[in-house]
Amino acid sequence: MSAPAVEALDLVKRFGDNAAVDGVSFVVPEGTVLGLLGPNGAGKTTTVRMLTTLSVPTSGTGTVAGHDILTEPDAVRRSMGLTGQAATVDELLTARENLKLIGRLYGLPKAYIAQSSEELLERFSLTDAADRIAKTYSGGMRRRLDLAVSLIANPPVLFLDEPTTGLDPRSRTELWEVLRGLVRDGTTLLLTTQYLEEADHLADDIVVIDKGKVIAAGTPTQLKDQAGAASVVVTVTHGSDLQRAADLSRTVSGEVHVDETSRRLTAKASGLEDMTRMAHVFEGSGIAVDDLGLKRPSLDDVFLHLTGHKAEEATDDLESQFAEEEALS
Amino acid sequence: MTTLTTQTRPPIAPPSLLRASTTVVWRNLIHIKRMPEMLMDVTVQSVMFVLLFAYVFGGSIDPPGETSYKEFLLPGIMVQTMVFSSAVVAMGLTNDLQKGIVDRLKSLPISRSSVLVGRSISSLIHSSIGIAVMGVTGVLIGWRIRDGVVNGVLGFALLLLFGFSMIWLGIWVGSLMRTVEAVQGFMFTVMFPLTFVANTFAPTQDMPGWLRFIAEWNPVSSLTQATRDLWGNGAPAGSDAAWPLQHPVLMSVVWSIVLTAIFAPLALKAFRNRSKD
Repeated sequence: MSAPAVEALDLVKRFGDNAAVDGVSFVVPEGTVLGLLGPNGAGKTTTVRMLTTLSVPTSGTGTVAGHDILTEPDAVRRSMGLTGQAATVDELLTARENLKLIGRLYGLPKAYIAQSSEELLERFSLTDAADRIAKTYSGGMRRRLDLAVSLIANPPVLFLDEPTTGLDPRSRTELWEVLRGLVRDGTTLLLTTQYLEEADHLADDIVVIDKGKVIAAGTPTQLKDQAGAASVVVTVTHGSDLQRAADLSRTVSGEVHVDETSRRLTAKASGLEDMTRMAHVFEGSGIAVDDLGLKRPSLDDVFLHLTGHKAEEATDDLESQFAEEEALS
Repeated sequence: MTTLTTQTRPPIAPPSLLRASTTVVWRNLIHIKRMPEMLMDVTVQSVMFVLLFAYVFGGSIDPPGETSYKEFLLPGIMVQTMVFSSAVVAMGLTNDLQKGIVDRLKSLPISRSSVLVGRSISSLIHSSIGIAVMGVTGVLIGWRIRDGVVNGVLGFALLLLFGFSMIWLGIWVGSLMRTVEAVQGFMFTVMFPLTFVANTFAPTQDMPGWLRFIAEWNPVSSLTQATRDLWGNGAPAGSDAAWPLQHPVLMSVVWSIVLTAIFAPLALKAFRNRSKD
């Protein structure tokens, strides 16, 4: 196990009587990716803000690249890059100027900024738009520029707060690819997300937080196992076939639930092979089927399992909602 | 913990407060270049207000002494522009806070004051452009600085000193308010009475007693009287005027120091609070 690149040590942040973060601890080993997973208002952004020295913890502390966030904030700031929830690029500056601004503020040599900017623009497919002001960019381009700006000083640790919220699926996949590249080059990532799928794709470890507390931690596989396996969901055309369909399903799956009102049965499955077998079983049965598909556990399922409540939208966390709306517009 | 050396990192040399601030100023000046309409208030509007006041009100207002209204007006309207620099700072700062730019800057290894210093310097540049445009317009319609170069420069120096204290007010308001629209609404509501209930556009001796008292103790009046005295743009305050107007240059300096002493701690506290969470 390599040295921890990021550590959260019993972090607490109170706003008035309300504890936004209530004793969060975790470790991100160097060169790995940690996904901080939770619904809106769970305390993800606040946790990241504390670790990146933007917000002072009420109690607890943390380290980034071995530097304490409370006693060595400047060393922390030299060691990390941050891509905030709302892409914080300067809209009136071009991509090149945005890179130059942040590069200068790191005190990097001119020649280095110029060379590094070209490389980053190339890597994030922004070369053609490099001299256009960022206001004219699409959401995906803004995120890419935001990320490029965070990388100008080549930080060993990168924090990404909901990097893909508000992006269309194609931009999201592109961004994932870029992030994987960074990890290959040795960067440690801490990313927050509301999507289990995203954490699953990118993270080595996932920490699930809800209402300011860590409620689960583990690898994606461990978590999904906890949340229950995938299932095959079959909707039959005629309700009268439902019982026979359930009996047939039991030849494939050990656990079958029947829901009369929706003419649907849910059979626990281990993966795609089970769905294929299920399709075969129904093929020769004469039972008319409306729909047959594989359902993987979602964040909702993880939450339902871990907390007994759904990953509902928090209404009291207006700021993160505003940030989200901004990102969408 | 020296294992994080697998990557080749560029030499990071955190810049001094001065270098970081000039970089922020560079960025703010690009904003002005990209959105020239941001300068409307100090360019087109400056010319417009000088001409409107000089020719619309000029005929009906008779300043004390031998001075023409145009001479009387120019120091007053320049002071107003300087006071409004607080609104310019506040709107710029709120916008940067709202857009997350301040967060981005705070995540860098620079002194956090450079955000404020850079914002202040660019706002003073902004207002100074307005003063220059007004000066040129004034010269074209007959305004002159009549008491020599030294007093001329002193007058501008007083304007800048007072502008400095107004910037702290701007930082305070900018840190407290959540949207640019709110800042705009608040500042204009405060700034108009503050700059009109004074000797800026009309002499105070014809105002009702209570209003005259407020107007003559208004710091804006001291500064206006000081620049008028220094530039030879009107008679000194009459013997019945309030004490500050009898000693306008001294009081302009005192007001600037007092206002800075009040607003700077409030501003820094509000900015720190705003950026702590």
